[in-house]
Amino acid sequence: MAEVVSLSGIGVCAGIAAGPLLRIADVPALPPPAAAADPEAEVARATAALAEVVADLERRAGRAGDETVAEVLRAEALMAGDEALLDGVREHVEDGADAVHAVDRAFGAYREVFEAAGGYLAERVADLDDLRNRAVAVLLGLPMPGVPQPGHPYVLAAKDLAPADTADLDPALVLALVTEAGGPTSHTAILARALGLPAVVACPGVLDVAEGTLVLVDGASGRVDAGIDEAAAEAARQGASEVVAAAAAFTGPGRTSDGYEVKLLANVGSVKNVPAADEVNAEGIGLFRTELLFLDRGQEPGHDEQVAAYRDVFAAMAGRRVVIRTLDAGADKPLPFLNQEGEPNPALGIRGLRIARQRPQVLATQLAAIAEARSQTGADVWVMAPMVSTLAEATTFAAAVRDAGLPKAGVMIEVPAAALRAADLLQVVDFLSIGTNDLSQYAFAADRMCGALADLLDPWQPALLQLIGICGAAGRATGKPVGVCGEAASDPGLAPILVGLGVTSLSMSPRAIPPVRAALAGRTADDCRRLAELAVAAPDATEARKLVA
Amino acid sequence: MPTRTVAVGSASGLHARPAKLFVEAAAAAPVKVTIRVGEKKPVPAKSMLSVLALGAKKGTEVTIEADGDGAEQALDDLAALLASDLDA
Repeated sequence: MAEVVSLSGIGVCAGIAAGPLLRIADVPALPPPAAAADPEAEVARATAALAEVVADLERRAGRAGDETVAEVLRAEALMAGDEALLDGVREHVEDGADAVHAVDRAFGAYREVFEAAGGYLAERVADLDDLRNRAVAVLLGLPMPGVPQPGHPYVLAAKDLAPADTADLDPALVLALVTEAGGPTSHTAILARALGLPAVVACPGVLDVAEGTLVLVDGASGRVDAGIDEAAAEAARQGASEVVAAAAAFTGPGRTSDGYEVKLLANVGSVKNVPAADEVNAEGIGLFRTELLFLDRGQEPGHDEQVAAYRDVFAAMAGRRVVIRTLDAGADKPLPFLNQEGEPNPALGIRGLRIARQRPQVLATQLAAIAEARSQTGADVWVMAPMVSTLAEATTFAAAVRDAGLPKAGVMIEVPAAALRAADLLQVVDFLSIGTNDLSQYAFAADRMCGALADLLDPWQPALLQLIGICGAAGRATGKPVGVCGEAASDPGLAPILVGLGVTSLSMSPRAIPPVRAALAGRTADDCRRLAELAVAAPDATEARKLVA
Repeated sequence: MPTRTVAVGSASGLHARPAKLFVEAAAAAPVKVTIRVGEKKPVPAKSMLSVLALGAKKGTEVTIEADGDGAEQALDDLAALLASDLDA
């Protein structure tokens, strides 16, 4: 058997897949500069190449099923056909460059400006590189870099995926996505979740894997095993389909094999996600994100608009639990109407509940709207605040929730300080919900967006599990619910350990529920506790993982 | 030369969709329009890359210039577009 190379990255969409790895066609290498005998001819070649890139993008836009994708492609076409870019090409040709190098330098000038500007523009650098690579490939007579179309199922590997790639990606043939760069908010991650494809990002070394090598991708743990044999690939496929089959066998409420109940809930952003939650028999909503309503808005949505949006979800969930989170803006989700620009370190700035310090009315309006929506429907509505650090914050929030006439107030545990004082917090609130992504970020002082620190952000880190255990113990002592609503909840391997740590509900993207349900059904409550103790005692995340491997 | 100076009204600045709408409108204008921030070098308003590279945020004052037949009207239209919140 060939040697298996294990790579690891950040899992951004749970699921197991195995198949041959194929890369996005390589970025064409620049040939040595050639003397440009006829400058006009060089400019004409460059112009024609850029025109072909524009035409290709417009064809893709026309084919794209999704209007958002089409819009992005058309914006890229505007950039490729830009007259200022052509002026740049002409200048470089006049300086003696050939067409290929003139195109490269013309894009390079904008690349520098965009990169230096940071923020939104820096994120567009990948788009510029993509356009440059396409134009260079055309000039060299090579195929434009893009998604392979081999006609059989495969695992797609790339440095990162550009919007232009996603339109060509056939979800029926692509088994999984693995990228060397990118983070949890990259195009790759967003696309993977939309298509339900197992995906790993920030995975160094994946581009060194030879074309066609059989790989196994675990989108929950972020592990990629390259060089597995056909038997192992088949076993993984079998395992994946068994998980699906197992899911079909366990359709009831979440519970361990000896009947210890664990609520399996869905994360949703609007009523549009409710059918997916129903399809997998979610027992309710464990995280109703309210940011969607506020994003891309110059103004805060009014009372009536908020009532309508909340009521839609509550009505669809009549009789079931809906945990609604008050506005979680700031950091990676800045909202224009809050004018948060200029914070030197947004992740440590005015975000989540902290916004209420400056803008108490935003929270008051939202709580009033939630209360009214609840009174019109029969859902069991629980309200929680994000980014709570202290008992005082929890006390004030719980009072505001009760003043609004809402029965259940809780807080999210994302800040280590709050985890350490979980027992105190449960004296004033009815429940806790642990956001493992942010809790990792703050416990390990590692930016969530930083792919290079993926190992620190691993939800199997024993120190993270220990913090979760403090919350779980506080919940057991008071008899109050403690949920997990971060990515960790969707990892079937980790779910029993979380339950063993005292977690009473797991909330995740709907697709992740069936495998988690099956994983819990395969363990007794005692098993879960034993695994939890061992995982917290493990020296590192790798050893912790081995406990359930 | 006729000019207009306006503060960018779009919440996300002159980026993404607002930039695209402005560039498309400038390209459709009957005259050649330039745009600049402060006293920096004016750039063609119908160049997406140049407009993005201005890095204009909400509230940034930008100056548009054009000459020739229809310049006044074109500038009025484009200024109104810039001042409105295209994200809303």
